Amino acid sequence: MGSTQKYRVLIGKPGLDGHDRGAKFIARALRDAGFEVVYTGIRRSPEEIAAAAVQEDVDAVGLSSLSGAHMRLFPAVVEALAHAGAPEIPVLGGGVIPEEDIVALKAAGIVEIFTPGTPIDTIISAYRDACEKKSTG
Amino acid sequence: MTIDRLLEGLRQRDPRAIGRAISLVENGDESAEIILSSLDENLVSQATILGITGPPGAGKSTLTNEIIAKLRHQEERIGIIAIDPSSPISGGAILGDRIRMMQHATDKDVVMRSMATRGRLGGLCATAGAAVRIMASCGCSTIIIETVGVGQSEMDIIRLADITLLVMAPGLGDEIQAMKAGLLEVADILVVNKADCKGADILAMDLEAVTRKGSATPTQVCMTVATEGKGVTELLDRIDKLDSEHRDSGERQKRRRGAHNQEVLDWCLEILRPQLLDKIIKRKLSVLGDPRLKAKKILEEK
Amino acid sequence: MAKHPKLAEWEENELAKSLSRFPERKAKFTNHGGDEIPRLATPETIDEHYLDNLGFPGQYPYTRGVQPTMHRGRLWTMRQYAGFSSAAESNKRYRYLLDQGTTGLSVAFDLPTQIGYDSDDQMSIGEVGKVGVAIDSLADMETLFDQIPLDKVSTSMTINSPAAVLLAMYVAVGEKQGVAPKDIQGTIQNDILKEYVARGTYIFPPKPSLRLITNIFQWCGQNTPAFNTISISGYHIREAGSTAAQEVAFTLANGCTYVQTALDAGLELDVFARRLAFFFNASSDLLEEVAKFRAARRLWARLMKERFGAKNKASLMLRFHTQTAGNTLTAQQIDNNIVRVTIQALAAVLGGTQSLHTNSKDEAHSLPTEESVRTALRTQQVLAHESGVVDTIDPLAGSYYIESLTDKIERDALALIDKIEESGGVVKCIEDGFIQRQIENAAYQYQMEIERGERIIVGVNKFQIQEEKKPPLLRVAPEVEESQIAKLTEVKNNRNNEQVASLLARLETAAQGDDNLMPFIYDCVKEYATLGEICNVLRKVFGEYKDRG
Repeated sequence: MGSTQKYRVLIGKPGLDGHDRGAKFIARALRDAGFEVVYTGIRRSPEEIAAAAVQEDVDAVGLSSLSGAHMRLFPAVVEALAHAGAPEIPVLGGGVIPEEDIVALKAAGIVEIFTPGTPIDTIISAYRDACEKKSTG
Repeated sequence: MTIDRLLEGLRQRDPRAIGRAISLVENGDESAEIILSSLDENLVSQATILGITGPPGAGKSTLTNEIIAKLRHQEERIGIIAIDPSSPISGGAILGDRIRMMQHATDKDVVMRSMATRGRLGGLCATAGAAVRIMASCGCSTIIIETVGVGQSEMDIIRLADITLLVMAPGLGDEIQAMKAGLLEVADILVVNKADCKGADILAMDLEAVTRKGSATPTQVCMTVATEGKGVTELLDRIDKLDSEHRDSGERQKRRRGAHNQEVLDWCLEILRPQLLDKIIKRKLSVLGDPRLKAKKILEEK
Repeated sequence: MAKHPKLAEWEENELAKSLSRFPERKAKFTNHGGDEIPRLATPETIDEHYLDNLGFPGQYPYTRGVQPTMHRGRLWTMRQYAGFSSAAESNKRYRYLLDQGTTGLSVAFDLPTQIGYDSDDQMSIGEVGKVGVAIDSLADMETLFDQIPLDKVSTSMTINSPAAVLLAMYVAVGEKQGVAPKDIQGTIQNDILKEYVARGTYIFPPKPSLRLITNIFQWCGQNTPAFNTISISGYHIREAGSTAAQEVAFTLANGCTYVQTALDAGLELDVFARRLAFFFNASSDLLEEVAKFRAARRLWARLMKERFGAKNKASLMLRFHTQTAGNTLTAQQIDNNIVRVTIQALAAVLGGTQSLHTNSKDEAHSLPTEESVRTALRTQQVLAHESGVVDTIDPLAGSYYIESLTDKIERDALALIDKIEESGGVVKCIEDGFIQRQIENAAYQYQMEIERGERIIVGVNKFQIQEEKKPPLLRVAPEVEESQIAKLTEVKNNRNNEQVASLLARLETAAQGDDNLMPFIYDCVKEYATLGEICNVLRKVFGEYKDRG
């Protein structure tokens, strides 16, 4: 890899939830950790997020939803990525998500789930790991 | 993705392959040369490259979004390269231009790519130029390069364009900034966006007056309200007209040549920079003495 | 020492008048030892400074409260925001809350309803019944208020972009119950500007949205005079991460925009201004929050009087609902949240709120269970009946710190309001992203202080424990989406579809012109036109607003 390699991630908000404080914070914190962050804004469909991730050739996708729709929407993004020919792009997620859902979401292919109170350093290193794995794997 | 599959993907105009190819070029990967030499030069030379620049808050992305919508009505395949600055401290960037263009996200004929400046001067121009060529080769007949018009690197990128729009809006107080940065001179068409806001007429008049002073053919001023799609059709007509004038007069070819030379130069510097740095370090130079003389000496030796 | 003439004047005028109409809750307020608690503490010497900046309760500039007796006269309305799943499920929760002593309802709608989509819309997938109740048509609204008398209960509805539609449905349910529109009480949030900057449930661009709001002001003025037509909300601005002063500034700047829009449409200031209500956040910094409420009250009174020339006293009064700060709830050691909510609720009460919602301890995990909602309500009841802070008016007034902080927040907020004004007004500042950026920067800074451990959040970045026990959670059954869609289909099959189509066509024509749209919308809902159908007509005419990040 050349010296100019940077990790690129896409942060998206699927569904109708408009609370973007968390998503914007993560985007900014990732930027300050040296990532290039494509931010999609709110109310995106899984297909839109997947299409953007493919065009931007990102190393990871991060999702945020606080409306309780994560069980439908997060796996839908994983599927949409596979459908768009990019099943190798890892998906991470965050929001108000109960413990038992985390297990189910991981089973559905989401590599990491963050809940309120997760330290930002933990989140950043999870993104770094996911990106690294993707580019070497 | 293997290089063969990538090249096949590019021939199929597959978005995944296009995205990957741009990354490889952007990251300076060795395969970049193979990719770039496989492109359809005919399509590249035919495509129109549109530069859109202007101060933050002028509504560039919203205008770009409207232009895409109108061009898609004409069944064109469009490429967009949106450039945002990298943070000088962390090297990271937030690439937010997609937000206003997400309505086209699932349209296979809208190929978009966000790009961070990554603190490179000429390098960015070279990378953006390569991305333009990849998109054109994959069937994009219009390619828009959108960038915040504040620094020298953005000015360089604009040189890649066949036609450049400078977008401004009343109340931003950036007219003077734009003049200082020399943006008024490089722009072919000045767009006063948010034309329904107070002060738009005055801004348009001021701009006309300033550009008239400098040259025999004053730069054209267009009024738009991008949020409502107003004035965009007229703007596109102007662009078309100017483009065909430029094609007829040879202006377009002249610009392309200039841009091409510049790109070659940028690549020379890109390639030379690490080599030269290596040489300099090896010499263990003393901190005394004139750096310019030392540079000449290094360059002269074989 | 002789009583200051201004104090005597207040007692003879505002106070006496108020007492004769609304006697206080008790004839005599006493402490545990039997000593009488004074109604109002005042400085030893009342000077011009005091009179200009504080004055007396129920008197300009209303720093000390909007009513002469405040919570001695009437406690605040205990109003718990609730709603989830289906209309029938939510109706059950409302009746439970009323049984438990809630004094007003507050309806939470699900996101499709808030953004004007029917439950069967492609955009609604996964969201039906999740953060609130799903309402597709008048039929759902009838179920939602089944056996709840709309002439006795006041209802607050958190609905913004499609507020006109839900208001029309509410009034229609009232009529079916035999309640005249003039007797309908409650509030619709109807505050679109903060949706663009902080909450995200917008549909249309600012211009037509403001038209709808003005239409509601006018229609309600004529038909539902006891209904608050807007709840200008700082709550979500604060939740999005603003500072206290920014919360006041952006909320009041939005308020000024609504006032100006209504004036431009030819409405009369002193008719509509009295129906404007506000909604603030109560966060954990107790003293700052109390000062914030006082500053907001004073600044609004001054803006209305000095900038808009309001004459009627009611136009100057900032009446507000408060909700404790959702963003301060932690997923860790959730019992600690009860303590946080208590402090926050105390701030709201000391700040003179007119109504209050207290959050439940489990909301960082999911929607609250019935039990945790009860504890939240009990928190209010303990404050009201045991803490004693309600027995004297504006008890923190006169504290050097509180007064200087009140002054500072007012000053900072005003400076920001003026800056917005100079930059071309709220709408322009939203489109440029100025307001969003201010909030975002404040949020980022705050969060980084927590991340660096400069700010302690108990149980999160200090005093952590290993937690085994998982709290019981309320889950919305995924079948809700299906049954809601089935119900919607049934409604569509049983109504007069020809009539609906022609009413929708009339609405479309009206939307293209300048007429007040409320009567057209009202006609549509009565024939069971759905929320989505009505909003789609308006989308077609008005277009949609796009997120600018």
